[in-house]
Amino acid sequence: MLLSKTQQFEMYRRMLRIRIFEETLKANEIAGHLSMGQEAAIVGACMALRDDDYITGTHRSHGHPIGKGAELKPLMAEIFGKITGICKGRGGSMHLADNSVGIIGESAIVGGGIPLATGAGFSAQVRGTDQVSLCFFGDGAANQGTFGESINMAAIWNLPVIYFCENNGYAITTSVERSHGQPDVARRADGYGISGVIVDGQDALAVYDATCVAVARARRGEGPTLIEAKTYRFDEHCKGLTIPVPYRTEAEIDEYITRRDPLKLFKASVLAVGEISEMELMAVEKEVDVAVAEALAFAHDSPFPDPTDVYDNMYSNPIHYPA
Amino acid sequence: MQETIETPPVLQIPTNSKISYMDAIVQAQKEEMLRDERVVLIGEEIAIYGCGEVEETFGENRVRNTPISENSFTGMAIGAAMTGLRPIVDLTIASFVYLASDQIINQAGKLRFMTGGQLQVPVVFRASMYYNIGNAAQHSDRPYSLFMNSPGLKIIIPSTPADMKGLMKSAIRDDDPVLVFEDINLWTKKEPVSDDSDFLIPIGQAEVKRTGSDVTVITIGACLYKALVAARALEQEGISVEVIDPRTIVPLDKETIIKSVAKTGRVVIVDNAHRTGSVASEIAAVIAEQAFESLRKPIQRVTTPDVHIPACVAMERPLYPDKERITAAVKNIV
Repeated sequence: MLLSKTQQFEMYRRMLRIRIFEETLKANEIAGHLSMGQEAAIVGACMALRDDDYITGTHRSHGHPIGKGAELKPLMAEIFGKITGICKGRGGSMHLADNSVGIIGESAIVGGGIPLATGAGFSAQVRGTDQVSLCFFGDGAANQGTFGESINMAAIWNLPVIYFCENNGYAITTSVERSHGQPDVARRADGYGISGVIVDGQDALAVYDATCVAVARARRGEGPTLIEAKTYRFDEHCKGLTIPVPYRTEAEIDEYITRRDPLKLFKASVLAVGEISEMELMAVEKEVDVAVAEALAFAHDSPFPDPTDVYDNMYSNPIHYPA
Repeated sequence: MQETIETPPVLQIPTNSKISYMDAIVQAQKEEMLRDERVVLIGEEIAIYGCGEVEETFGENRVRNTPISENSFTGMAIGAAMTGLRPIVDLTIASFVYLASDQIINQAGKLRFMTGGQLQVPVVFRASMYYNIGNAAQHSDRPYSLFMNSPGLKIIIPSTPADMKGLMKSAIRDDDPVLVFEDINLWTKKEPVSDDSDFLIPIGQAEVKRTGSDVTVITIGACLYKALVAARALEQEGISVEVIDPRTIVPLDKETIIKSVAKTGRVVIVDNAHRTGSVASEIAAVIAEQAFESLRKPIQRVTTPDVHIPACVAMERPLYPDKERITAAVKNIV
């Protein structure tokens, strides 16, 4: 799929928004499970979707809404626990579920979002729309029962679902080698009778292409696809986690950061084509810097929720709270 | 909704209004599926054991006969509920609810709150309690009290055909996840039930099933019938028993319970679930906290002991509350 110049800017903008957003969190020593290093996988997938398509995500939740095009201010405010946060301070860093861009859950139960995304696809099928649902999950979640159960149901009923594995090589500290019978999650697709594809998760354009094929298949009513993006997380599993024994080598981390950074790779590839100039990309960078700075200021300046409002949204109607 | 969905044929709703507890479930589902095309049915074996040919009536699109994947088809229903459908999930035997409990507790019950109200989860989870028939411990659970300790869910345990129909219809129309615990021992119970397609019983409303002045007997689910038998016998002995069925255990209608306790000052709570951490325990705690001054005698709980259900019916039957144990508990405090 050939991307227009505008789409290429948008792809770069969204990846950069994730990167700068998280660098800002890191600089401010704010907790979180950072997606840095995985931007191409997230944005490449999201760019293949329409605004009214659904996604579900994971505890590493910052990238998904940004990748799907969400506003930054409510996301940053949510991480700060403010009332202006997208979930009014109830969700926090692991749950930046912004429904305005089609997110129906960022699950901190590993594998928990896989059935939900399957349900969104089921819903689209029953309602007779051509919406699709894309489910982000990690290599760790591929070992949960929900993975096999859900893909099997999507296969039986040809549900319009894209199962998108962000395989960053490690479930916290446990490597794929230590937890999978064979290293490729996508090869499991064959066992369920669906298509599986492995893509370079550091290459946004390759991810975009692979996802477009899967989305088109889903919209045609031809069922689900399992995409495995081989990617890498630059930072630790999350802030504050003590890792007493190294589980990945400095050389490995350094290799990804210096030579396999998705932003650097994207920039190099578009500049090589020559349609887009360095000046134009710098303008995007400036714009993103401003947007993130504004989001940070907004989060700082917003009030915390009133603790007495904690019972809000427990139920659709008030239920004698507190008891 | 898109125009591609065919309008289902109009059903012949029985004009005979005396229906069974099982008929009540079937009618409630059919009426709500006819009323609202967003209502879909998901579960194991429903194509064959479909409670009245639902698949033939509404088609495979709205009736999904699932593989044996409780956690994921439950999660699928939750995802569908958040994106425009109103699914009914038939989990069949209540012991299987444990397999689906991650999705019920961590997703269905929490997502409205966790997203600051951006999402709602209008889904019904049906679980049938198959106890009292020699099915042994893995098919005989009455697990409702576990879910009381997980906020965000509504829980109903209807005991009569009318309560089942009215509450089930309310559950299907409710915007929150509702767990419906059905008692298979009541399937054949019959009584006149309204034919009105908008016949609804509000969730969260107890009913005084029998008025009395000496003792309040609060019953959960099928325990109602044993308590009514006991109450009639006790009346012969001059003891006036009031029987209350909460019908919904979350949210619990504390007002009706407290009002009755204020009148009688004596309470027996009858619950088929195991004793520790039961609905009976919770109701006892509520009364102790909110109506202590009204109590003239200690609260009595009549429950199933904390022992597994054996396959041998002769061993199983005596474990559940019966007329004799209820009567003894009443006499203990009168």
